[in-house]
Amino acid sequence: MAAQEKIMEVQMIENGTVIDHIPPAALFKIITIMGLDRDTEHRMTIGTNLESKRLGTKAIIKINDRYPSPHEIDRIALFAPDARVNTIRDFAVVEKRRVEVPARIEGFVRCANPMCVTNHQPIETAFEVVSGASGEIALRCRYCEKLTSQKRMELKK
Amino acid sequence: MGKKSLISITDFTKDEILRIMEIAAEFERDLAGGGVASRGLLQGRVISTLFFEPSTRTRLSFESAINRLGARVIGFSDVANTSVSKGETLHDTISVISNYCDMIVMRHTLEGAARYASEVARVPVVNAGDGANQHPSQTLLDLYSIKKTQGRLDGLKVMMVGDLKYGRTVHSLLEALSHFDTEFVFVSPSELRMPVEYRTLLDKKGLKYSELTELDGHLDDIDILYMTRIQKERFNDPMEYERVKNTYVLHAAMLSGSRETMKILHPLPRVGEIAADVDDSPHAYYFSQVENGVYARMAIICYLLDVKK
Ligand SMILES: [Zn+2]
Repeated sequence: MAAQEKIMEVQMIENGTVIDHIPPAALFKIITIMGLDRDTEHRMTIGTNLESKRLGTKAIIKINDRYPSPHEIDRIALFAPDARVNTIRDFAVVEKRRVEVPARIEGFVRCANPMCVTNHQPIETAFEVVSGASGEIALRCRYCEKLTSQKRMELKK
Repeated sequence: MGKKSLISITDFTKDEILRIMEIAAEFERDLAGGGVASRGLLQGRVISTLFFEPSTRTRLSFESAINRLGARVIGFSDVANTSVSKGETLHDTISVISNYCDMIVMRHTLEGAARYASEVARVPVVNAGDGANQHPSQTLLDLYSIKKTQGRLDGLKVMMVGDLKYGRTVHSLLEALSHFDTEFVFVSPSELRMPVEYRTLLDKKGLKYSELTELDGHLDDIDILYMTRIQKERFNDPMEYERVKNTYVLHAAMLSGSRETMKILHPLPRVGEIAADVDDSPHAYYFSQVENGVYARMAIICYLLDVKK
């Protein structure tokens, strides 16, 4: 079963990337981060609510001829800290990589504090990544100094 | 020293806080003798007070400090009739005004506005309150009041009473006092207890604290009693507010066993958490505390501008 699943995962990708172990709730954020919703060029398969031993359920993105930049991987890590980014060449996994949550984040995430100046003025957000409640990460806003928990992290419009 | 701003109390090290205490004491002595030495210190300088959110009390305290140092004040006390009310961005307002002055003192309703302004401005920025976030000059005047009345900042037992969850003054004061050997007693309804991040900070620094849900009967070994308002809006259940509100009101009779040197501080305005019969007590210090605000603010301004007597 495991072996068959492995084949299923990679069989349709000759060269490209498989992003695995994404929490289903984070899938659409990752699609937005990578701009996959506007991508009319790369062949891709997206699966969600799949069985996962580690997460219960998971989502997976397989995409041909597309390799996320380090910048994109930093952002993916915020929403899916357990994700694996696998690089595929000639139908084989040539690199399996865990994502790493960066120490600082600029732009793209909204501060959860409605009274934060970044939500009212044209200002790029900036956060320090700190440890939050129950092992989760949280973002401390450089401006209002408030914490945005992982659950409340939203992409900036 | 490059451009240095004061946005949050954590921008200052322990040494800097102690330096502010020294300078404030020098100004207090000078003003008691007529203020001759202070008057010429900032002659020819211009300081802007930009109150995007009105606060007469804080603005007058800063403007009194600026005037006593011999500088001129420009600015606004509310945003009506300014380009801000026409929709100008904070970026543009600060960029323009920083060309007119040597320092900006600002208050704003939005949290983080002062930090952002300090990144935009070419001159030092002093945060005179950004929403519910920071108000560091209040913290330094509180600390100065403690130092002045107790003669020291180490080895004191400080009780904080009221809304400890949302109260920015108690959070900043806790951060400042955590540089010193302080023992804390927190008194609040359980709904409004001191947030975990501040309790963790004290744990990390090895400072003792205890938590109580009532005030009466615990005042005998306290050095500083820091009272704050409890606002009805902070309660999920209005019945709960009605039930607890009187538990956190201080009456003169509760002070009978207190240390002679114990002082009561309050950031003001109060709304009933200190009964009027406390005002005549030798422990009441909240009105003198206001006077210390001028000395503390003179010290902050001179320190940031690197002007020495
Ligand atoms: Zn913020």
